[in-house]
Amino acid sequence: MAVEEEDPGETLRRSLKAKHMKRKKKLFKEMVLESPPDEENEETAVQEERGEGLQRDDSSPVRSPRDLPPRPVIRPGSSQSETSMKQRVAEKLRAAKSKTASLLEQESIIEPVSRLQSLRDRETLTRFDRDIDQDLRVDEDSSFAARLKFRGAARSAARDKRAEDGLPTAEEAYNFFTFNFDPEPQDKSRKQRQSRRREAEEEGEAESENEEEEEEEEKEEVETEREYEGQQLETRDEDAPLVSDVEEDLFVIGQSEHDFLEVRRAEYLGYSRRLQRERETVFVPSMRTVPASGKLPENVRPRYLEEEGLYVGERPSVSLTNRNILENRILKQAEGREWFGDDGRIMALPDPIKESSSRPPLFHLEDELDPALHTVYRKALKSKHANRYIAAMGDPQTDYQLDVDVSGLIFSHHPLFSREHVLGARLAQLYDQHLTGKQKKLTHLLTDKLNGLRNTIRNMLELHRGEALSQVTQHRIAEYKQEVRHTRHLRDVEQEKDRALLKNIIRVWKELKTLRDFQRFTNTPYKLFIRREMVDMDQDELEFNNEIVMEVSELRAEAEEDYQRKMSEYRRRHEDWKSWRRKQKALKKKQKKKRQQEDEDEDEESEEELGEEPEKHDSPEKPDMTAVEEQVREKATRIRRKPGEPVLIPELTVSGPVTPNEQCPRAEFARREDVAKRSLFIKVLYNDKEVSRTDSRTLNMDFRVHFGQIFNLKIVNWPESIKLQIFESVGSSSSQLAEVCVPVPESSVLTGSAPSEEMEFSSNQRVTFNHEGVGSGVPFSFEADGTNMQTLLTSGKLSCCVSWAVGMNDVPLAPPSNHPVGGVYSGLMQMDAIACIGASSLNDMKKLGKWAAESRLDPNDPNNASIMQLLSVVSGGEMAVPEYFRLEQLQEEFNFLSDEELQRSRRFRLLMLRSQEVPEFRHFKCVPSVEREISEKVFQEYERRIKEGEIIDTKDHIDAHRALVARYLQRVRESVINRFLIAKHHFILSDVVSEDEVPSIGVLGLNLFKLAEPKRPLKPLRKERKKVTAQNLSDGDIKLLVNIIRGYDIPIRRPYTSKPPVSARSARPFTEQFTAPVSSQTPVQGSDWPLGQPLIRPFVEVSFQRSVLQTSTAEGPNPCWNEEIVLPFSAPNGDYCSTSLQSFKDEVFINLFDELLYDVVEDERERGNTIHTRIERHWLGSIKIPFSTIYLQSRIDGTFKVSTPPVLLGYSKERSLGSDGGYDAIRSLSDGTFLSLFITIEPQLVPGETIREKMKEVKFDSQELERLLTACEVFEKEAGRCFSDRPCLTTVIDMNGKTVFVTRFIRPLNPPQKLLDAFPNSPQDTMELVARYVSLIPSLPDSVSFARVCDLWSTCDQFLTLLAGDEEEHAVLLCNYFLFMGKKAWLIIGTAIPEGPTVYVLTYEQSRYLIWNPSTGQHYGQYDIFCPLQTIGCLINTDNVWFNMQPYAAPVRMSFDVSRPKLWKPFFSRAFPDPGLSSVQVRTTRTNDSSFIVQNYPSHWY
Amino acid sequence: MTSNNPSAFLLMVNGQIEGANFPEYDDMYCKYCFVYGHDWAPTSGLEEGISQITSRGSGSQNLVWNFPIDITFKSTNPFGWPQIVVSVYGPDTFGNDVVRGYGAVHIPFTPGKHTKTIPMFVPESTSRLQKFTSWLMGRRPEFTDPKVVAQGEGREVTRVRSQGFVTLQFNIVTKDIKKLGYDTTSTEHAPAGLSGTQQPYGT
Repeated sequence: MAVEEEDPGETLRRSLKAKHMKRKKKLFKEMVLESPPDEENEETAVQEERGEGLQRDDSSPVRSPRDLPPRPVIRPGSSQSETSMKQRVAEKLRAAKSKTASLLEQESIIEPVSRLQSLRDRETLTRFDRDIDQDLRVDEDSSFAARLKFRGAARSAARDKRAEDGLPTAEEAYNFFTFNFDPEPQDKSRKQRQSRRREAEEEGEAESENEEEEEEEEKEEVETEREYEGQQLETRDEDAPLVSDVEEDLFVIGQSEHDFLEVRRAEYLGYSRRLQRERETVFVPSMRTVPASGKLPENVRPRYLEEEGLYVGERPSVSLTNRNILENRILKQAEGREWFGDDGRIMALPDPIKESSSRPPLFHLEDELDPALHTVYRKALKSKHANRYIAAMGDPQTDYQLDVDVSGLIFSHHPLFSREHVLGARLAQLYDQHLTGKQKKLTHLLTDKLNGLRNTIRNMLELHRGEALSQVTQHRIAEYKQEVRHTRHLRDVEQEKDRALLKNIIRVWKELKTLRDFQRFTNTPYKLFIRREMVDMDQDELEFNNEIVMEVSELRAEAEEDYQRKMSEYRRRHEDWKSWRRKQKALKKKQKKKRQQEDEDEDEESEEELGEEPEKHDSPEKPDMTAVEEQVREKATRIRRKPGEPVLIPELTVSGPVTPNEQCPRAEFARREDVAKRSLFIKVLYNDKEVSRTDSRTLNMDFRVHFGQIFNLKIVNWPESIKLQIFESVGSSSSQLAEVCVPVPESSVLTGSAPSEEMEFSSNQRVTFNHEGVGSGVPFSFEADGTNMQTLLTSGKLSCCVSWAVGMNDVPLAPPSNHPVGGVYSGLMQMDAIACIGASSLNDMKKLGKWAAESRLDPNDPNNASIMQLLSVVSGGEMAVPEYFRLEQLQEEFNFLSDEELQRSRRFRLLMLRSQEVPEFRHFKCVPSVEREISEKVFQEYERRIKEGEIIDTKDHIDAHRALVARYLQRVRESVINRFLIAKHHFILSDVVSEDEVPSIGVLGLNLFKLAEPKRPLKPLRKERKKVTAQNLSDGDIKLLVNIIRGYDIPIRRPYTSKPPVSARSARPFTEQFTAPVSSQTPVQGSDWPLGQPLIRPFVEVSFQRSVLQTSTAEGPNPCWNEEIVLPFSAPNGDYCSTSLQSFKDEVFINLFDELLYDVVEDERERGNTIHTRIERHWLGSIKIPFSTIYLQSRIDGTFKVSTPPVLLGYSKERSLGSDGGYDAIRSLSDGTFLSLFITIEPQLVPGETIREKMKEVKFDSQELERLLTACEVFEKEAGRCFSDRPCLTTVIDMNGKTVFVTRFIRPLNPPQKLLDAFPNSPQDTMELVARYVSLIPSLPDSVSFARVCDLWSTCDQFLTLLAGDEEEHAVLLCNYFLFMGKKAWLIIGTAIPEGPTVYVLTYEQSRYLIWNPSTGQHYGQYDIFCPLQTIGCLINTDNVWFNMQPYAAPVRMSFDVSRPKLWKPFFSRAFPDPGLSSVQVRTTRTNDSSFIVQNYPSHWY
Repeated sequence: MTSNNPSAFLLMVNGQIEGANFPEYDDMYCKYCFVYGHDWAPTSGLEEGISQITSRGSGSQNLVWNFPIDITFKSTNPFGWPQIVVSVYGPDTFGNDVVRGYGAVHIPFTPGKHTKTIPMFVPESTSRLQKFTSWLMGRRPEFTDPKVVAQGEGREVTRVRSQGFVTLQFNIVTKDIKKLGYDTTSTEHAPAGLSGTQQPYGT
């Protein structure tokens, strides 16, 4: 037993040990990685250890020399001792010493110190402490002690060795020889091992009994090991020291590791080693097939289900190698076998992919589809019931439940009815009517009411007997009488009905009996008994007579009354007639009188006055009182029981016997068979959806079906409709008989209290049978001869009840009744009229109350209960509805501060003003956070400005008028700016997003064309430079380029002597006279120049923003400089945004000077070697060009007139043809000095001129027709598309900020008479004078005054009042004056230099066109090349606007014939005729005032 | 500076534009600038900056700039609290530098560390033809001023497409905000002992 047990125990132990070894090895390896020692050394050590471990149990270890290294440490010098030792020992020692030396020297302590310590620490804590015998422990301790000692020894040894040249001390020697190193630890280790093994064995046994299989055991061991991890660790720990005890020195040396560990070799792992190590962690699954035995449990044969006849699906195909790899991989896992099925293959589901596609193939996709397969488009329908959730009411947790109780149905007619059934049903119906009538007792009620009323009348009359009846009482009696009459009539009808019913019942019953007799069998169990109730003859008679008497008297009274009324009516009419007659007669008399005097006309008139002759009425007949009584009696006998006649009370029972089937004839039998086959069921539909159906019930002989089923419907949607559909089924087929709509119950109708209702239904099916069944929808007859045909339709009564369920705690599960008005109307329609209007949300209670009072609702009628309640609430409570409503009721709560506080706080005021963009504060930065830091001064200026609005300060202005104008302009300006501020916040896409425009085809074509053009053209064009947006610029980036090309006609110096001008021949014809640029090196000749010397040495000086530059000097009156002057530009405050650049008011001054050189050498002797000259500059004239013009136009290119002083002393100008007037082009040519300039900005800035565009976006108010405005827009857009560079103008904004069509400004206006009278003979001079007059009105450019917002056009009247205006105003005024003078005049909208877009005036005079500059009063001929007007966009006169469609826009190359639509596109054409616009101009201008003022300006003269 | 009655508060922002996630694009750089109200003034630091070009790492979707932001604002009024506007640019298929996204976010109010991820967007072309030509020419529509994205005004005329995200990290230090009566920290974190805050409107 012991032996047998030993075996597994041994194996276990062995394996355990192997594991330990492995772990140890790993540890070692780690250490190797940590501090790579001598690799081979290590390796051997490991091997040795392993070997030791394996051998340890069998025998005492064979100590290899490798085990020795510790020893020499202990006794390093022992070999030197002279004591007699065995030779062997000495040898060994020597060998060992060398080794130790090397070891010591190069450190290589494998065990780290920490480990030692940890080992020791842990040792005291082991669990084994308890288990291991005390002595063992002692052993251990002793070994520890020994170890410690050794360590000390080793240390000292090392020290001594150094000191004493390796000689051991006596103590060491002693130690060496006395200590027994090997056996003891060996024993101990064995002991311990055994004990541990034993324990492990026990554990193993405890864990599992099955130890037969090696593998299993191993597995278990793993478990054990895991379980006792701590233990294991400890065993290992225990193990380690035991093993290392042998080589204790290793640890000892480890202590001094730090001392030695300094130099390392680069780590390198041999390839083979690496492979080996990889093999430990990396697993490469083999591709070989796994034997079946490996995949199945031991001793199990693979079982193939297919062979056993079971179905096995097709597996998805996997390549063999992949499968093998997978299997190998799985097997490597612990529970790998679970993945294998019984047949030794990996378990897999059958291939899910079907071989054939399950979708029907779609052939001929492009061919015509089968018409049946065509998709049909149906417009989407909105579901009516969608989203009508009750839950939306905000009560989601409540559920609502409708109980539909279908109790049963009775057919009043069914196709399978036999004739007897028909009669029976009729009888039953009549009887029902009788019963309900009896129940209601209507006749009785009405009779009582009648009696009551009669009594009341009598009482009233008795009360007031003898006395005069008051008005009220009379009225009331009349009302009562009316009521009596009405009630009596009702009662009579009721009585008649009752009687007829009774008669009918009896008649039908008789028919039924005859039928039964005739057919000799009975189908229905109906039986009618008639009871007679005897009545007291006398009393009856009395009542009857009383009644008749009553009635007769009443009728008589009524008739009398009627007669009286008629009589009074008749009398009144008769009176009328009589009076008319009288008048007629009187009239006739009068007429007779009149006729004697006057004509008949009057007569007719008077006759008409009287009107038509009233009809003459006959007096009404007196009613026949005797006839009344007869009528009453006759009626009474007809409708009432005769006095003494017994009261007949019918009683219908269903107790009669029915003839059994066997005794019936065949036809009847077939019918009964058919009935038995039929069965019925009912479908319940809620909101048109079937929710449930009843069981199918067979039809009984009596054609009653009892269902008795209650359906509980939990509803989510609003109830719209509840329907019950009755189905009849024969065999398996069923057909719908009828449909019954059940009203949705009110929320007060609850289950339990709700009565069952009988709903009638019918169907118009046509059914015929060949048996006794009468069918339906087909005529049949009771008579044998077929007369008296009848047609009956299937019909019946369905008894059901729909109500709201009652939930727990008696809570009705009904939705709240106050439905929102929107969604529920259809559901509520059936309920109540008032609910339908929305009783809950009725807001006009007063109206309702009024209506109720007017319609005299019966307050006791239960039908009116809800209204009465409502009214009582309204009239009683008088609901307090406020008479007003407020917007933003909560505003006060939201207010940050009260308004006063907000105003008082300087800080808030400042913030508010800033956000309103008040100019003073618009750019205020860093508003102080504390009130006290804001001084009152901040507001002073603003407040002053506000105050000044009213006060006009005349001191600042030349006269009061100008002050007034300034004030007015200021106001206009403010309003415009406010408008503009709004517009500024209106963005268009191009403001926000910069995007390249799509090149049009034309541009693309041009670009293509450009490829072919010559590289160096003869006449190069200026290329467009790239534009730069102004934002990202800084000082110094922008330069102003001024190119001064040449000058024309500069005045020449006059010699001091009053000689005639030297160069009389020159002056004008610069074309020939022009000389090439004269160099400045021409010698200066001093003050008195001889003839033929240059008459003038002009140069140009350009000054801009404090920088002044000049050209070189040229010579002659027509010099050519061709020089470029570059001036730096810096924007104000470094703000380069386009708005600030636009409002930048600096001007470029271009001054023309004459340079004079004076020789000031005093000593003539020095003249040979000294030059001493004085340079003088004589100013000849200047040109001012505002920067904004340059900025907006981006370049200025042209010839400009130099403004020269009227008198230039010392200079003269030659003019050959100056004196003769006339519209001579030549004259104007030579009139002045000119400079050719080219000015631009480098780099080119994008002009921010979007404001005008923007203003167009912002629609101004207008009184123009919408159609006209649209046409304007279209016209301008089209013009812009054709010629974007030509300005087009159709609408302008007037002073009131309204859009006005431009032609309204043109109207002939009279110039001051004084002007017209000045030159009576020369219209030419007059025109010039007028132009001069207009030009004298001060010019105030809009773009400056209105902060570049927009052009405002003032009327001439306003213009003359203000005496300030833009070019437009001047032009309009001039044009209007010309028109008054009978000239043909137009406004020209165009661009000129240097103004930019401007307005000129065109006149047609003596077959020539003249262009007038209204601001200067100058005029130019059409072919004048110095005309500043460069482009003509459109012409405007009173009637029309023409847009220039010609290829050229320069006036020189144009035709002004506006009648040709190809050249000039008119605004008003045949398609859009002139609607006849009135002028906005005042008829007459205040010429006197204005001319007076104009003439009185000190600066003006003529 | 350490007066008891300060007249302005300071907001110190440092942090970085950490990176972006633009799934389709690479080689991008970004620009940032600040937009702030009238009452704000930067006292130190850079108001604008442009980063290096960053390529996407292999296998990672993120572009990393780690572009530092360091700026201090001084203000008297929280109105117009500064926003950082980030715009990202990069080459398109033809190598043209085009804009890849604009985005803006307010500087956080509360002191401490904040990480913000802002979605980016670019303006769309006005028409399909425009889109094609702009793609072809590499001149995509851009905002005339990137600061537009920090304002609400005028945005209604644009159409944008969103693409990508930029992640920013802010470290916020404030000074004297509380003394001026503005409480930016939530109440539970507010120091309890602080009293006598001066209301800016001392009426």
